[in-house]
Amino acid sequence: MATVATCGGDAVGVGSAVATASKSNVTSFQRRGPRVSGTNDSGPRLVSITGTRPSVRNGQLLVSTGLPALDQLLGGGLAVGTVLLIEEDKYNIYSSLLFKYFLAEGIVNGHTLLVASANEDPANILQELPAPLLDNCKKEFDEDVYNHKTPESNIKMKIAWRYQLLPKMEQIRPVSSSRFGHYYDASKRIPQELIEASKWHGFFLPEKISPTLKVEPCSLTHGYIKLLQFIQNIIYEEGFDGSNPQKKQKNILRIGIQNLGSPLWGDDICCTENGDSGHNLTKFLYVLRGLLRTSLSACIITMPTHLIQNKAFIAHVTNLSDTVVGLESFIGSERETNPLYKDYHGLIHIRQIPRLNNLVCDESDVKDLGFKLKRKLFTIEWVQDNYLRQERNIYPPGFSYLLKQKDSAWGEGSLQHSTFLMSFLAKATAFASRLVRHSEPLKQTGSGRIRQAAGPRLWHDGRRQEAPGLLGIPP
Amino acid sequence: MFPELNNLLNTTPDRAEQGKLTLLCDAKTDGSFLVHHFLSFYLKANCKVCFVALIQSFSHYNIVGQKLGVNLTMARERGQLVFLEGLKSAVDVFFQAQEKPHPLQFLREASAGNLKPLFEFVRDALKPVDSGAAGWTYPVLLVDDLSVLLSLGLGAVAVLDFIHYCRATLCWELKGNVVVLVHDSGDVEDEENDILLNGLSHQSHLILRAEGLATGFCRDVHGQLRILWRRPSQSTSQRDQSLTYQYKIQDRSVSFFAKGMSPAVL
Repeated sequence: MATVATCGGDAVGVGSAVATASKSNVTSFQRRGPRVSGTNDSGPRLVSITGTRPSVRNGQLLVSTGLPALDQLLGGGLAVGTVLLIEEDKYNIYSSLLFKYFLAEGIVNGHTLLVASANEDPANILQELPAPLLDNCKKEFDEDVYNHKTPESNIKMKIAWRYQLLPKMEQIRPVSSSRFGHYYDASKRIPQELIEASKWHGFFLPEKISPTLKVEPCSLTHGYIKLLQFIQNIIYEEGFDGSNPQKKQKNILRIGIQNLGSPLWGDDICCTENGDSGHNLTKFLYVLRGLLRTSLSACIITMPTHLIQNKAFIAHVTNLSDTVVGLESFIGSERETNPLYKDYHGLIHIRQIPRLNNLVCDESDVKDLGFKLKRKLFTIEWVQDNYLRQERNIYPPGFSYLLKQKDSAWGEGSLQHSTFLMSFLAKATAFASRLVRHSEPLKQTGSGRIRQAAGPRLWHDGRRQEAPGLLGIPP
Repeated sequence: MFPELNNLLNTTPDRAEQGKLTLLCDAKTDGSFLVHHFLSFYLKANCKVCFVALIQSFSHYNIVGQKLGVNLTMARERGQLVFLEGLKSAVDVFFQAQEKPHPLQFLREASAGNLKPLFEFVRDALKPVDSGAAGWTYPVLLVDDLSVLLSLGLGAVAVLDFIHYCRATLCWELKGNVVVLVHDSGDVEDEENDILLNGLSHQSHLILRAEGLATGFCRDVHGQLRILWRRPSQSTSQRDQSLTYQYKIQDRSVSFFAKGMSPAVL
């Protein structure tokens, strides 16, 4: 079961000028199990919180992001106390979907939500959350899954045998509400009673600041300051950091901030090329992470990084966040018509995974991942054939008929097709290199009657053949 | 500390050099394992360590330190380790106005500040106590990492000034060491970071550069480490010595091997 060890006592360092004596040390970065060192903390109390589980690697407490496929890629889930930064896709379709999955997961697990947005009322955002798929929908769901299961996945690969070693993405099943990670139906709305039963706080920027307010210049944009104060207030009031003596809260606070960095927040980083001369956004992220590290909360932020011209700034933001996931949708791009990607709606890039309490992290071996949103499911899969990203012009004229047949065994994306392509390319390069070396004579050996060319020895049907060389004119 | 890295650097905790500036640099990969190495190295060498940890929390370093054989909580209690936890202090300095200058005072300022309060904090933490009962060998400053200071609005010149002051006090006056980590942005054009990196490279005695492999991600080889010994004070006619190794990070240690000699390949 999910456990978290909390220390009731203070952790005060002797001689350390900046340790705060009054706050108790509540953080999720505790090792599961008995503490090795003898410290002055009181013994850990084991408490289980719904919707969390400890990481298998380091005992770090994890929450689900709402997408079990993404949880798997992030090493089990999102660590409590960290920030998940989603680099938005161009039209903010799939990133807002991930945002909603995260919040819906919080509602299903009974976590407290804090939704912050500058362009949409948080109450409206909550109305649009997807409905969770529970056990009674299992039959309908199984049909959906088995329809697209390809028969080729069980064939033992002969030529491209290294691909067989790569991990397969798991087939998915709906789970009951007590499990970690749930599936959602993107076409249905969440039932109203679930929203009413949940506890949530909304931060809608136009309500919190009035435009006519005279703002004195300070270190952060006014909207960011208000948001940080709001978050800190909620954390303190509801006891998520354990410092409030009245409230003994053992629940997770899920914070969602939408479109951070957009001009609606008062930030100019997306508008100008050398914006953020005040470093508002980076300071905001730093203080936010400080708040998260000392409380039982997890945060998702979507940021329109495609609008930011200053690439160095994106590198700064990546370094200041814990987990960074980038979404790239195919809508409107030339990849939409590329048959290689015909099954997918976009690519997902896992840009950074944090190393928490550990020297190593659980990086997935598979780097080319595509996602697709079927009626009910958001799946993430390895985009096959990315290694052999083919364009139409490398095919010889005689073979393109193989590609034109839709859904044939020889269609693009199929296994036979990729093995054909690899063997074809191997032969083509051997042929080309033989032609190149044909004119290079070897050093003369033997009687001098035959001058051999330094070409690759072609193997045909098991018999070894010499490449035709240059014959010297017999004297 | 990683014994293999000690062999490569030809040092042990007993006979480490003093008065040196070590620059840790990472490009396209995470170089934080070097910070953990030096932290445990200097704690085992019985030095007084001031650790300015701007990017992660105390318990993270503590848990990794336990894997490497040092106990940060005990070190902090007996006064060997002075730990500035950047994330926690940032929350304090941001939400409450402080009476006396806080090391991270620049977070409250609208315009680009300077790091004088931070330097004063470091100096007060590491100056030798007059009673002399502690018996630490020499002071060491570790900063993880300096690129965060650049992203928070400080200029490269302010950070270079801070390092200069620290070097003058710690390396020259107190015969201690300074170890800093800077991220290399690589092909992304980050002028301030390049200024900082170049400036520090010229001042440092030892540069450890962790790079990701040029061919991309590999499960068995996590990256490449370039070690460069420099003599900044002497003339440039003496050649700097440079070595390159590839490494793989494991749960409790890091194994180093020559290029292409990974055990997975052999």
